[in-house]
Amino acid sequence: MYFESLHDLFFMNGHGAYVWSAYGIGFAVLAALVWLPLSRQAQLKASILKESTLRQLTGEQ
Amino acid sequence: MLENKYNVFSILKTWFHRWGSPPWFYQMSGKLLPWLSVLTAILIVTGTVWGLAFAPEDARQGNSFRIIYLHVPVSFLALAGYYLMALAGCIGLIWRMKLAFWTLRAAAPIGAALTFLALVTGSIWGKPTWGTWWEWDARITSMLILFFLYLGVMALANAYQNSDSGNRAASVLAIVGMVNIPIIYKSVDWWNTLHQGASLKLTSAPTIHGTMLYPLLIMIAGFYLLYAVLLLLNLRCDILANERNSRWLQDLLREKR
Repeated sequence: MYFESLHDLFFMNGHGAYVWSAYGIGFAVLAALVWLPLSRQAQLKASILKESTLRQLTGEQ
Repeated sequence: MLENKYNVFSILKTWFHRWGSPPWFYQMSGKLLPWLSVLTAILIVTGTVWGLAFAPEDARQGNSFRIIYLHVPVSFLALAGYYLMALAGCIGLIWRMKLAFWTLRAAAPIGAALTFLALVTGSIWGKPTWGTWWEWDARITSMLILFFLYLGVMALANAYQNSDSGNRAASVLAIVGMVNIPIIYKSVDWWNTLHQGASLKLTSAPTIHGTMLYPLLIMIAGFYLLYAVLLLLNLRCDILANERNSRWLQDLLREKR
C-alpha cells in the first residue's frame, strides 16, 4: 500500500473528504444503475408468467 | 472476387438481422451477461483498490488526483454512450429497427447518469485543485450541455402518445446533438481553460507515469464493460415489456422456471 496506515488512507493528507465523497457518490449512482433494470426485469418476468399461466388455465391460447 | 465480396456482405447482413431479432438478442445476451458481469466486477474492484490505495500520489495535486480513476472513465463513457445513442437513432430512422430505438431509449438515462457523475466528480476534484467547485469553463460547460442533451432525448422519447413519433423525434435530437461532441473533445485545446489537457491520446504516448496509468486503463476497460452490461440489462427489460404477448418469450420463461 502507498499509505503508511489505514488512518493515512482515510485522511489522505487532508484530501480524504474529497476523494472518498467522490467515490461514494460514484458507486451509489452505479449501484442504482444496476439495481433499477434488475428489479424491473424481475417484475416483468413475474407478471408475464402470471398472465400466461392464467391464460393456460382458462384454456385460451 | 465479386463472389467473395458478396459473401462478406451477406455474412454481415445475417449478423445484423440476427442481432436485430428480439428472440435471438434476448437469448444471446442472457448467455453473455454472467461472464461480462464477473469480468466487469473484477476490473472495477481491482482498478479502484489500486487507484485509491496503491498508486503514488501526484507531485502537484497530492491525493485529490485519485479522483481521476473515477472521473476519466465516467467521462469517457458519457461521450462514448452519446455516439452509441446517436448511431442507434440513425439505424432506427433508416431501417425502422425496433431494437435500435430501444437502444436509444436505454442509452439516454445511462448516459445522463454518467455525465452527471463526470460533472460531480469533476466538481469535487476542482475544489482542492483549482479552489472552486464550478467554473463556466469550456470543457465543463460543454459537458453540462451534453447532460441536457441526454435529458432532452429522454423527454422527447416520452413526449408523444404514439411511441413511434417519440422514437423519431428523440433520434433526430440525438443526431443533431452530435455537433457538441467535437466541441467537448477540443474544448481544452481551443480555449484557455482551467481543465487540464488530455493525459491519454491515441496519437501520442501518455503523459502520465506507468504506476498511475495502469489502474486508469483497468478502470476505463471496466467501465466500457459496465456500460455494455447496463445496456444489455435495460434492453432485456424492453424486450420483456414489448414482447410480453409473444409465444417464444412465454415458453422461454416457463422453461427456465
